Order: sequence, then structure tokens, then C-alpha cells
Amino acid sequence: MDKVMRMSSEKGVVIFSKSSCCLSYAVQVLFQDLGVSPKIHEIDKDPECREIEKALMRLGCSKPVPAVFIGGKLVGSTNEVMSMHLSSSLVPLVKPYLC
Amino acid sequence: MNSTSTHFVPPRRVGIYEPVHQFGMWGDSFKSNIGNGNMNTPTHIIIPNNQKLDNNLSEDTSHGTAGTPHMFDQEASTSRHPDKIQRRLAQNREAARKSRLRKKAYVQQLETSRLKLIQLEQELDRARQQGFYVGNGIETNSLGFSETMNPGIAAFEMEYGHWVEEQNRQICELRTVLHGHINDVELCLLVETAMKHYFELFKMKSTAAKADVFFVMSGMWKTSAERFFLWIGGFRPSDLLKVLLPHFDILTDQQILDVCNLRQSCQQAEDALTQGMEKLQHTLADCVAGGQLGEGSYIPQVNSAMDRLEALVSFVNQADHLRHETLQQMYRILTTRQAARGLLALGEYFQRLRALSSSWATRHREPT
Repeated sequence: MDKVMRMSSEKGVVIFSKSSCCLSYAVQVLFQDLGVSPKIHEIDKDPECREIEKALMRLGCSKPVPAVFIGGKLVGSTNEVMSMHLSSSLVPLVKPYLC
Repeated sequence: MNSTSTHFVPPRRVGIYEPVHQFGMWGDSFKSNIGNGNMNTPTHIIIPNNQKLDNNLSEDTSHGTAGTPHMFDQEASTSRHPDKIQRRLAQNREAARKSRLRKKAYVQQLETSRLKLIQLEQELDRARQQGFYVGNGIETNSLGFSETMNPGIAAFEMEYGHWVEEQNRQICELRTVLHGHINDVELCLLVETAMKHYFELFKMKSTAAKADVFFVMSGMWKTSAERFFLWIGGFRPSDLLKVLLPHFDILTDQQILDVCNLRQSCQQAEDALTQGMEKLQHTLADCVAGGQLGEGSYIPQVNSAMDRLEALVSFVNQADHLRHETLQQMYRILTTRQAARGLLALGEYFQRLRALSSSWATRHREPT
């Protein structure tokens, strides 16, 4: 969906989340810890929440939130982010976007 | 006259002895029913055999043996002799009365046992609360007394017991082969088996979390010392690294670098999840405390809290995923022999914690 594509490229690191989702918050904290300031889209506050959710699921997310995009490309959800970080492949990916 | 309890019936004058097992029948039913978990209906209605004995004797006292004398077949004789009918009816009434008394005794036994079982179950719960590792067998489940006993959790506890046994066996094997000689291929297989065993536990925990996430979060299935170190339903991944790393004396430069990176990223991931959990706690507390307190109504608050609690399952899964990945990365960084030594160290660490729990529990029970 165009809106999602647009939103996901707004910044180097973009996280789709919901205000009630605490796992999304955990992911956000992790990126902040790495020195990145991600753009957070709380989709539950967006009038087109349902469409955004569907678009994210169609892109391959098992759950709509949290959905992490780095450099406009979908990285995945919490699982993928954690695995990448532990295998040392997350830091090189966010290097261009450090504050 | 015969009595109703489990009585030995003395042999009659003519030397006839009928083994009177039926007096024990209510008791026997009770025993077999307990085993089958069927406590509601007595399975036997008993007509005491010696009633027939009385008939035979009263019919014909000159007969020397038991058995049914055909000339005095009972059915034939009652139709010709009305007073036989009367006696028959009286005997039936008597049999019925005794049967009722035995049933009453049986039911009383059942009631007592039921109360005793409830009491034992409460003691068991209390013991668990205090931190004694008490294996949960199938007893409470099949008798259905405890409404809080979740079959998914009961199954998990049983599986976990087996898991620990297998774990101990694997640790022993690792210890043996590391002190002896083993070729790398076989050692690799052992290491892989041990790794898979941990991954198996995470799968079990995921299923159990769906059944009762609070149970998994509480760590009640672990021993008390293990629970002291609990972090989101299990051990801290960073603790894992702390336990393992002193055991590797020679590491290559690349390994040292990788281990450093792993320690840092593991800690960061752990901190992120911890903060996420704290946020969940805050939002849950706000939710439960919302609206007016003291008014006595709380259904909307409870319902909205229920929705938020679903997130707890995700956190438990995520924490286990972190444990899984930490183990996986260590396996990748280390050589086979180093990994084997690491798994032995880790396994023995948990064994020591369990031993500490038992020692502590026993210490409590000693008279001062």
C-alpha cells in the first residue's frame, strides 16, 4: 500500500507500532540504545489503521506491530530484530542512520 | 444374626463355610473406584450368600452338605408354601436393610477421603508456594477436585520432570566423554542433542504459556533457588554468558571479539525487553486502578486488563527466543569441544541451583 511505503521511507529507521503495544516499545528502546532515533508510527491513532495493518501483513509480517523498516526495507518484527542483533548484523545496518 | 460390617461368618453346624467376601464389597468397591477415578456410583449391589445358606439349612436340617437339594428347590417350594413366601420377603427386607447400611458406611468413607484429598491438595499448594519443588502427578487432575488445575499445566509439569531427568543424563554423559577420549563427530552429535534439548524446553514453555502465562511467569515449575534468578519466566541470557565464559581458557582473537559483541547485544536486548515489561506492568496497573476505586464495581477494568494480559504471552515467547538465540550464537562462536564444556558447565550450574533449593528447604525443616 502506498501510504505504508511512504511512511516506511520517512526516515532511516521506521517502526510501526500501537500505543498499547509494549513489545513495540521494547523494540523502540533497543534502537534508541544503539544510538538511533527511529520514527514511530502509532497506527492505532491513524484513521486508516485497519488498511495499514492489512498492508503490513501482506508484506509478510505475521503480526502487524511492531514492524521495523530500515532504509525503507522491511526487516521484520521483534523476533527478526533480536536475532539480527545477537548475530551482530543489526548494528551495521543502522550505522548510516546513527544520530 | 448377621451384622453389616466386614465380618467373618463362622461355619454353620453342618460344617458349611461360604467365604463371605461380600461383606467387604463396599470397601472393595471403594478401593477399585478410587483407582479408576469413579467415585460416584457403587458398582455392586450385594445379596449376601449366606442367606441362601440359611435357606438350605432351615429347609432341611438333616442334610449334611451344602448345595442345592433338588427336592427342595426354592422356587418350587415357595409356590406351595405361603409361609416360605413370608420368610423370603423378610429375608429380602433384611438384605435390603443391610445393603442400605453398608452403602451408608461406604458413602461416609467416601466423604472422609474426599475431605482428606482436599486437605492434601491444599498442603501441596502451600508447600509449592513456600518453594519446595513438588512434582505434580496426575492425582489431583483425575479426581477433579481442584478447579484451578489446568490440564495444560499439569501436562507441562510432568513433561518438565522428564526433561530434567534427561538433562541430568546428558550432563553425566558429557562429563564422562570430556574426561575420556571421543572423536569430534560423536562429540558434535552430543552437543547438538544437548542444544536441541534446550530448544525443546522453549517449545514446551510456549505451549504452557498459552495454557496459563502466569504459571510460566511465576517459575513455580522450577526450584526456589532458580526462581530467585527468574527473568520473564526463565534464566537471564546474560547470566548464561556469565556462567559459561570463565570456562574457556583459550579463545582466538576473533572469538574474543565475537564474544564481546554477543555479551553487549545480549545485554541490550535483555534491557529492551525488561523496559517493555515494565511498561506493560504500568499500563496494567493503570488499567486495573482505573475508574472509581471503592465503589465495588470493576468489570470494565478487569475486562480491559484481560485484553492487555495477552501481551504477556508474547513477552514470555520473546524472552525464550532471546535465550534460544544466545545459545545458538555461543554454539556458532565456539569449537565443538568448547561448546561441550560450556554445556556441561551450564547444566551443572542449574543442577547446583536445584541442589541448593533442596538443601535450603531441608534446613528449614530441621528442628531448632
